[in-house]
Amino acid sequence: MDNLLSIVTFLPLVAAIILAVFLRGEDAAAQLNAKRLALAATSATFLISLALLVEFDPSDTGFQLVEETEWLFGLTYKVGVDGISVLFVLLTTFLMPITIASCWGVTHRVKEYMIAMLILETLMIGVFVALDLVLFYLFFEAGLIPMFLIIGIWGGKDRIYAAFKFFLYTFLGSVLMLVAMIAMYVDAGTTDIVALLAHEFSAGPITLMGWQIAGGMQTLLWLAFFASFAVKMPMWPVHTWLPDAHVQAPTAGSVVLAAILLKMGGYGFLRFSLPMFPVASDIMAPLVLWLSVIAIIYTSLVAMVQEDMKKLIAYSSVAHMGFVTMGIFAANQQGVDGAIFQMISHGFVSGALFLCVGVIYDRMHTRDIDAYGGLVVRMPAYAAVFMLFTMANVGLPGTSGFVGEFLTLMGVFQVNTWVGVLAATGVILSAGYALWLYRRVVFGDLIKESLKSITDMDMRERAIFAPLIVMTLLLGVYPSLVTDMIGPSVAALVSTYDIALADHAANAIVAANN
Amino acid sequence: MTGADLAILIPEIVLSLYAMAALMVAVYTSKDGMAATLTTATATIFVLIALYIAVTADGTRVAFGGMFVDDAFARFAKITILLSAAAVLLIGREYMQKADILRFEYPVLVTLAVVGMMMMVSAGDLIALYMGLELQSLALYVIASLRRDSVRSTEAGLKYFILGALSSGLLLYGASLTYGYAGTTLFSGIIETATEGDMPLGLLFGLVFVMAGLAFKVSAAPFHMWTPDVYEGAPTPITALFATAPKVAAMALFARVVYDAFGGAIGDWQQIVAFLAVFSMFLGAVAAIGQTDIKRLMAYSSISHMGFALMGLAAGTEQGVSAMLIYMAVYVTMNIGTFAFILTMQKDGRPVTEISALSSFANREGTKALALLVLMFSLAGVPPMVGFFGKYAVLLAAVDAGMAWLAVAAVIASVIGAYYYLRIVYLMYFGENRDGLDGRMGAVQYVGLLAMAALIALAWLPGVNLLGLENMAAQAAETLVR
Repeated sequence: MDNLLSIVTFLPLVAAIILAVFLRGEDAAAQLNAKRLALAATSATFLISLALLVEFDPSDTGFQLVEETEWLFGLTYKVGVDGISVLFVLLTTFLMPITIASCWGVTHRVKEYMIAMLILETLMIGVFVALDLVLFYLFFEAGLIPMFLIIGIWGGKDRIYAAFKFFLYTFLGSVLMLVAMIAMYVDAGTTDIVALLAHEFSAGPITLMGWQIAGGMQTLLWLAFFASFAVKMPMWPVHTWLPDAHVQAPTAGSVVLAAILLKMGGYGFLRFSLPMFPVASDIMAPLVLWLSVIAIIYTSLVAMVQEDMKKLIAYSSVAHMGFVTMGIFAANQQGVDGAIFQMISHGFVSGALFLCVGVIYDRMHTRDIDAYGGLVVRMPAYAAVFMLFTMANVGLPGTSGFVGEFLTLMGVFQVNTWVGVLAATGVILSAGYALWLYRRVVFGDLIKESLKSITDMDMRERAIFAPLIVMTLLLGVYPSLVTDMIGPSVAALVSTYDIALADHAANAIVAANN
Repeated sequence: MTGADLAILIPEIVLSLYAMAALMVAVYTSKDGMAATLTTATATIFVLIALYIAVTADGTRVAFGGMFVDDAFARFAKITILLSAAAVLLIGREYMQKADILRFEYPVLVTLAVVGMMMMVSAGDLIALYMGLELQSLALYVIASLRRDSVRSTEAGLKYFILGALSSGLLLYGASLTYGYAGTTLFSGIIETATEGDMPLGLLFGLVFVMAGLAFKVSAAPFHMWTPDVYEGAPTPITALFATAPKVAAMALFARVVYDAFGGAIGDWQQIVAFLAVFSMFLGAVAAIGQTDIKRLMAYSSISHMGFALMGLAAGTEQGVSAMLIYMAVYVTMNIGTFAFILTMQKDGRPVTEISALSSFANREGTKALALLVLMFSLAGVPPMVGFFGKYAVLLAAVDAGMAWLAVAAVIASVIGAYYYLRIVYLMYFGENRDGLDGRMGAVQYVGLLAMAALIALAWLPGVNLLGLENMAAQAAETLVR
């Protein structure tokens, strides 16, 4: 198949258009049809995307399955995957059918909901496969529109505030990136990411408004990209949109947000910041590392005092993303491997945790931790599933959560011991809030009247969790599944990064001697 | 000689003759009874003339010793003006009929205004420029106060007239200074005197005054004061007209003057244009936030968009001019679609313009709400809508010209501006109030809204490539910037 990636990217969009044009009516039958079509489309996308595993050759560190077509303004429609992006594509296609299945209970404007979800899937896959700067930006930004609507239409009580905050926060970060992209185009004369990866952006110091800027143009471009990715990630202190958005979003929206949308920031760092601006990344790495440590410790502490389950998991996401940024900017094989692994694992685990909240929210319509307690009595299966993912969130060895945290810590320890030591306390803190949450919700006596008739998970809910459980355990005991896929590409990334830094240092010495 | 000159002016001559003939026929027959037919006929003529201009396109031709220029740039602007005026006439007809203000003078005056605009974009001389500008403005002053018994409409017309006269005065004063120091009113003569570095001070003053007058016409801040009041006060179809064709004409004229007459002194006007651009973008974005009337909101939105278009001009490059033209074409498309919707906003049989009336509109009218959503996100510049590509083009031109600061300011303004476009989407989709718009939409407006929204949502796709707009704009810019 020559255009495998385009098929995977646009199949959900085609389904969305079919839904929009052909499905009429608001009755139960029409709603069921919408859900079935969406589920079928996302499942088909996943099955087709499995072909990537066959076609993709991990030992080749370049871009594969590349497609290229002329576009306007000298841009090209160019897509392709390498070891860094291929797993994100699979993560997205894997999670979307689960997400769709999880919103089977939605009854309000189902057709539009499914359309928004399908469009969102196309845009998310597009981000990971785009090999043209502006195409990337297009997918990256357009995702805001369906997400704005998902939060705003199907969200909770304060959904409007959350939707606006989400949109404007991320939009502000991204438009600065747009200017940087344009500056890159002007400098390099191309928007082709493959060519830009080979292009060397000038890193000589420049003076701007009386300020001497080390790393020159690279630093300015790096900062503009950082503005976008740090918000998307989200990193402390620009994370405040995330808890609001998560709490107000419907369950499926939270899953997509935590499991996939947040990964765009990390992916962006790996695709742009690190390889294209190595000198600036090196200069700014200490800043990122310390921000990551603050994120890990501070947001873990904040998570501990939350009353709302979704908010707690949202803060825990920020902390886990701290490990990711830390690993990326450690810029060695273990760190970057760990960061990617952590993102994949977090995709499964945080998605599953939000689904866990969704299960009891659907029954009780509250997310207050205090409203629960003793669920294990009435919901043993739920208690077991929730426990597994709580442990994975904590990073228990044997679950996928452990591998990512361990690798990133190992990576950063080689670069900065103090950052490594302090970040390691985050592992303990995460055990604190996650286990405490679990104890308050699941254990204790079942004394609340409202909970006495609660029912355990039904077959649909069990089916939703099954693949997530399999993946979490599988990656926990056999992490090579991931590291073998990403290893060579990461090695190439790290070595070009080191070479670029060495070249820059050599040039600086030559310049100093002249 | 004269015959050849006149041949170049055939579109303008035909339109003028048509205007006079239409006036005569209507006066001597059924007067307002003909107005509806006349409106449709005028729109048809506009489209035919646009086709004629497109088909007979033939290099650069100059008439009357350089007074009148017909080049790719003028043709691009004329076709945009004619098509947008035709679209506005068609979508506004039903509204005018319902409000009982569809008089036969309306299409005639619009035709005269369009002739003026076509003169403006083809002007090769300060006198020709002024003639075109005044023909356009006088016709528009009258149209603005077409609803004679309404205080708001007459107020709008009067305000427009007084401030318009002031700006014409400024422009005329600048033109006289320019003539005094350059010794000629011909652009081709001025450009020889106006060279960067050793421009006479008087000429520089002339340039500044001319630019102030032009900035008034494109409603760039700080010369924007009239815009919100006139937009609000004028009947909605006329607001739609103000928001589209005259803006294109004034922007094209702006480009024509700064390049054809002052192209040798880019450094002298670049800063002024950059300032106008930044000020307009921010003022348009910030002032629109508090608006409750959708017509006022569109007024501030247009100020902001003019700022973006001026940013292309401020780049001072061929790429910048082509970006500006692309931006204007996209802007006009978005505005026609949006006004097609605004024209049909009504409650209990009466037109409304309060934004709050849009509340929960999407629950009742899914398709229309979706079309308006596309237009709003496009106005905000969110990809993948075509509005984003317009912004991308001007940003690219600005960064390429070394004005990265301008681009950064522009994107920040666009984030502020995104808020009020989002607010409309929010009202339509998340609004709680069930007591919103009723009444149905006429077929013409429905088609207009959907066609523009489809264009905006899909024209960027690979293979469609903005219907070749990029090439046309590039050719137009090439003839202007030498």
